[in-house]
Amino acid sequence: MEYEIVIGMEIHVELQTKSKIFCSCPTEFGQDENTHVCPICLGMPGVLPVLNEKVVEYATMAGLALNCEIAHFSKMDRKNYFYPDLPKAYQTSQFDLPICTGGLVEIEVDGVKKDIGITRIHIEEDAGKLLHESADGSLVDVNRCGVPLIEIVTEPDMRSAEEARVFAEKVRNILEYTGVSDCKMQEGSMRFDVNLSIMEKGAKEYGTRTEMKNLNSFRSLVRAVAYESKRQIIELKKGHRIIQETRKWDDTKGVSSSLRSKEEAHDYRYFPEPDLVPIVLDEAYIEAMKKALPELPEAKKTRYIEEYQLPEYDAGVLTASGVTARFFEETVALYNEPKQISNWLMVEVPPLLKELELSMEEIPLKPTQLAELLELVKDGTISGSIGKKVLSDVFKTGQNPKVIVEKEGLAQMSDTGELEGIIEEIVKNQPKSIEDIKAGNEKAYGFLTGQVMKATKGQANPQVANEIIRKVVAKYL
Amino acid sequence: MSLTREDVSYVADLARLEFSDAEVLSLAEDLGAVLDYAETLNKLDTSAVKPTEHVLPVQNVFREDEIKPGLSNEEALSNAPDSEAGCFKVPPVLE
Ligand SMILES: [Zn+2]
Repeated sequence: MEYEIVIGMEIHVELQTKSKIFCSCPTEFGQDENTHVCPICLGMPGVLPVLNEKVVEYATMAGLALNCEIAHFSKMDRKNYFYPDLPKAYQTSQFDLPICTGGLVEIEVDGVKKDIGITRIHIEEDAGKLLHESADGSLVDVNRCGVPLIEIVTEPDMRSAEEARVFAEKVRNILEYTGVSDCKMQEGSMRFDVNLSIMEKGAKEYGTRTEMKNLNSFRSLVRAVAYESKRQIIELKKGHRIIQETRKWDDTKGVSSSLRSKEEAHDYRYFPEPDLVPIVLDEAYIEAMKKALPELPEAKKTRYIEEYQLPEYDAGVLTASGVTARFFEETVALYNEPKQISNWLMVEVPPLLKELELSMEEIPLKPTQLAELLELVKDGTISGSIGKKVLSDVFKTGQNPKVIVEKEGLAQMSDTGELEGIIEEIVKNQPKSIEDIKAGNEKAYGFLTGQVMKATKGQANPQVANEIIRKVVAKYL
Repeated sequence: MSLTREDVSYVADLARLEFSDAEVLSLAEDLGAVLDYAETLNKLDTSAVKPTEHVLPVQNVFREDEIKPGLSNEEALSNAPDSEAGCFKVPPVLE
């Protein structure tokens, strides 16, 4: 029997606001425990939450960027459950009237395009953090309580780990562009919950699904999907039934395991949040948000192909991250050779980032420096291969290319007088090459050029060197 | 419409409340009576009435995205029954 994997996703994204969703505490990551707290986010009795207007703006922008309908009327609800990371014993979220519904994201896997439906996006608050560091108890840090989130819920439209990965990356890319979130997965700004079930290929009804929560990298997302789908297929082949449950993904061991909680059947007893009033958005507001949206990846890619005459592949790679696209555009503005810049950004930059264990966000190279470097290669001051060395030096020292070239004496030798001396000497010592040339072997010229490059440590301008070699050799013929 | 003892136990469990059998029995009766009384409302024809989404006739109350000082760590923890290393301390929670 052939099986099909059915995947739906819930993506939690931290919004990049300065203050929390219902209070004025900072959202800053990585501070000392319980220092960004106030009576509201601590869940003290009698406090009154007030919704951060930026949260509504960002949620609307995210919805528009993911092709959703924006609700003219939505409201906040209480989702009740007990856990020590939730001081109020309820999470303020949205239940039946979320701010966005019915979006879609187009993905492409192996040349096949496919739409992944977005069921809804709602606004909610993050919970705190539970630390298991004490010998006789658990410790609670409330700093993250009340950090604004959006939760993006998809339709069960994905059919493979690859589709799930491409979709997740695309959503990250789009949201990063809109600026509503920094999408830093390592800081938990973006977390994936995966709902997965197996059905017979072509079946109409989905199988029983399991849920894996808080996958925080694309790699663990792919591995978790691969593991869990295999596990379910094996269970089904044995004739077992799949139990609907939440499973925990252990990234170190590479396995998922059942998380049998006491509250098996989740009964959150949602009800309208009486302390927060409805959100009513008119067309004018939605239009204004549409206008505030920056150019999104798809549109940018098309523009790169048209405006810069870049191959589709280059345009795709450059626009796959907002940071790379920005870097590219800033460099093009200074040095108008798009394909050149694209080559260097795609081929030379990634290995250097990897070597220094940096992300593109942390790139030590400035667009002005790349433009300056390419200018030096273009005007023949340095060769392309020296250029690569200079690039590496810029990464490591932060100095400008011109300074490095001067300090290290890397400029190409175009001084014909000096070169002539070196070449005369080389040709004199290579009688075999002269014989070869006399015998009609043109390759000997290449050998001589190689010798010249070696003698000048790659600094001879190859064109100038070639001309001189022919001139000098001619004397022997 | 009456409330069963199972209903009462379930709701009590969700609310982290513990009752004796006798209490469950009496609560089932009392709460059942309350719900039966509320049931009166279902006699009204509400097919033409829009659902009430919120009790207040107010909308769009927002605050600006501004940071204001909150509580110090000491203040935050001052009423906590137990604390350690700048954190609230609770009975061990098993993952
Ligand atoms: Zn606060």
